[in-house]
Amino acid sequence: MSFVSLGFLAFLAVLIALYYVIPGKCQWMLLLAGSIFFYAFTGWRPLVFITVTALSTYAAGILIGRVNAAGNAWLKDNAGSLDRETKKAYKAGIKRRTRAVMVICLVLNLGILAVIKYTDFGISIVNGIFGTQIGYFRFILPLGISFYIFQSMGYIIDVYRGKYAPERNFARFSLFVSFFPQLLQGPISRFDELSKTLYGPHRFRYETVARGAWRVLWGYFKKMIVADRMITAVTALSGDTAAYTGVFVPVLVLFYAIQLYADFTGGIDITIGIAQMLGIDVAENFDRPFFSLNIAEYWRRWHITMGTWFRDYIFYPLSVSPGMMKISKWSREKLGQAVGKRIPVYLSTIIVWFATGLWHGAAWNFIVWGLLNCVVIVISQELSPLYTRFHGRFAFSNTKGYNVFQMFRTFWLMGFIRVLDVYRDVPATFRQVGTMFTTPNWGRLFDGSLLGLGLGIHDYAVIAAGCAAMLTVSILQNRRPVRDRLMAMPVAARYVMFAAAVLLIFVFGAYGIGYDAGQFIYTRF
Amino acid sequence: MDKLLEILKELHSDVDYENCTTLIDDKILDSFDIISIITEVSSEFDVQIPAGEIIPENFNSAASLWALIGRLMDE
Repeated sequence: MSFVSLGFLAFLAVLIALYYVIPGKCQWMLLLAGSIFFYAFTGWRPLVFITVTALSTYAAGILIGRVNAAGNAWLKDNAGSLDRETKKAYKAGIKRRTRAVMVICLVLNLGILAVIKYTDFGISIVNGIFGTQIGYFRFILPLGISFYIFQSMGYIIDVYRGKYAPERNFARFSLFVSFFPQLLQGPISRFDELSKTLYGPHRFRYETVARGAWRVLWGYFKKMIVADRMITAVTALSGDTAAYTGVFVPVLVLFYAIQLYADFTGGIDITIGIAQMLGIDVAENFDRPFFSLNIAEYWRRWHITMGTWFRDYIFYPLSVSPGMMKISKWSREKLGQAVGKRIPVYLSTIIVWFATGLWHGAAWNFIVWGLLNCVVIVISQELSPLYTRFHGRFAFSNTKGYNVFQMFRTFWLMGFIRVLDVYRDVPATFRQVGTMFTTPNWGRLFDGSLLGLGLGIHDYAVIAAGCAAMLTVSILQNRRPVRDRLMAMPVAARYVMFAAAVLLIFVFGAYGIGYDAGQFIYTRF
Repeated sequence: MDKLLEILKELHSDVDYENCTTLIDDKILDSFDIISIITEVSSEFDVQIPAGEIIPENFNSAASLWALIGRLMDE
């Protein structure tokens, strides 16, 4: 069931109405039933997969909890008779056992993800290298599998680390894994944060529901008025690489940046808004990323929950692992302090960005996309002393104008890396970017070609107005949350504005034949 | 503690580590810095900081980091 469908809106209306009528202690059960109903629309096979993840992660959590509890009780009972070394050895034994449980859970779930998502990619590599003709399995990827498996694996690692106690109720845990607003494209929540509000009880509060509804509406605005209207142009520009070279490449970079931003942030606005209407706080996934001054900052502000997931569960463990510490020691001895201390950080960075690329899709374009991000981040890191000196020496580099230049630079740099996602072919992407210099054809910008992309003048006008609205909201948001301003208005004015916004989406939203409004870009990851 | 301050100063000499308690919250230290600190600490104090201990509460100030090192050395 897509967010952008009347069926979903009807489902949501019934669910919210029931949610505030039934007793508070039953609200989370309704959410679980609603989540299963919602996900069942994708078919019975995805339901089997998500059940396996929920069941295995829940069981592993319980087992880790039991081993820890039994170990701690034994240590307490024998505290007086044990020396320090014995206690240390016993604790290490407990850690080994709980680690084994966690590793089995990780291997099972990430193994499922790997088999379904990456088998055909592996086969294509083998076929390419050895000239074999191994057939493809063409598994159908269950929607949202990358998101709910990562969320569940974050949970089991946290339980292993002792960050919180495992959830004892399987139904409650299943809701954490399958909570429908965030099931298909995140955010990737943490159990300790989401569980604070997920299980209620929640009393109906007009302001909370209204604020959530505004956020949902804003998400639909971005998705239907801007992102979906942009689809035809992005498809045309990336599909016909022979016709759309030179100047059309930066046009595609710009169009895709707008489409992806409106699509992904719009989807997350809908997710967070729905959760808020239910009284539930879901983690923010964006912090006005196009205002970033450099790529490292961009990645702290774009798809935040994915970035922090990779940081906390891959980058940190890898960087401080005994193996990496040995590499660090070796490289310091052999290569000197300056180079040696960079080795573990950069090695981990490369691995994390390789994994981030692979997470986005089983294809070379995603891997190269990840590694290009890595290269830019590492170069920026190496040049940071130079930047510091530069900012210290030249006063103009600390002005707002220079900040705008940095944002502009980051936007285009990220855009050109991101375009690998739409061409979906590494050599073709580099060829296309190369044509900007060999055959720029600037004149084609003004010969009417842009009107041959499936968008008319009125479409461009609507998109431009949509972009202006998104930019205005982002700037205003920096000073005072826009919804605070809305909620401070008289009630009648609020209702009129809400109705006008709904009407705006119905009139200017892109839907119907020719638009694939059902698909959010990030659901395919 | 002096040795730890020396390690921290080497990363960002302009930070007042004696008084700052928001090294992570205010994004003064990033993930690269944290790994550099852990690598240095590991080599200087012969203590391993596990990934689970990399949380803002342990890295927000030199004092909290020093307390973490002490706790891990005691274990």
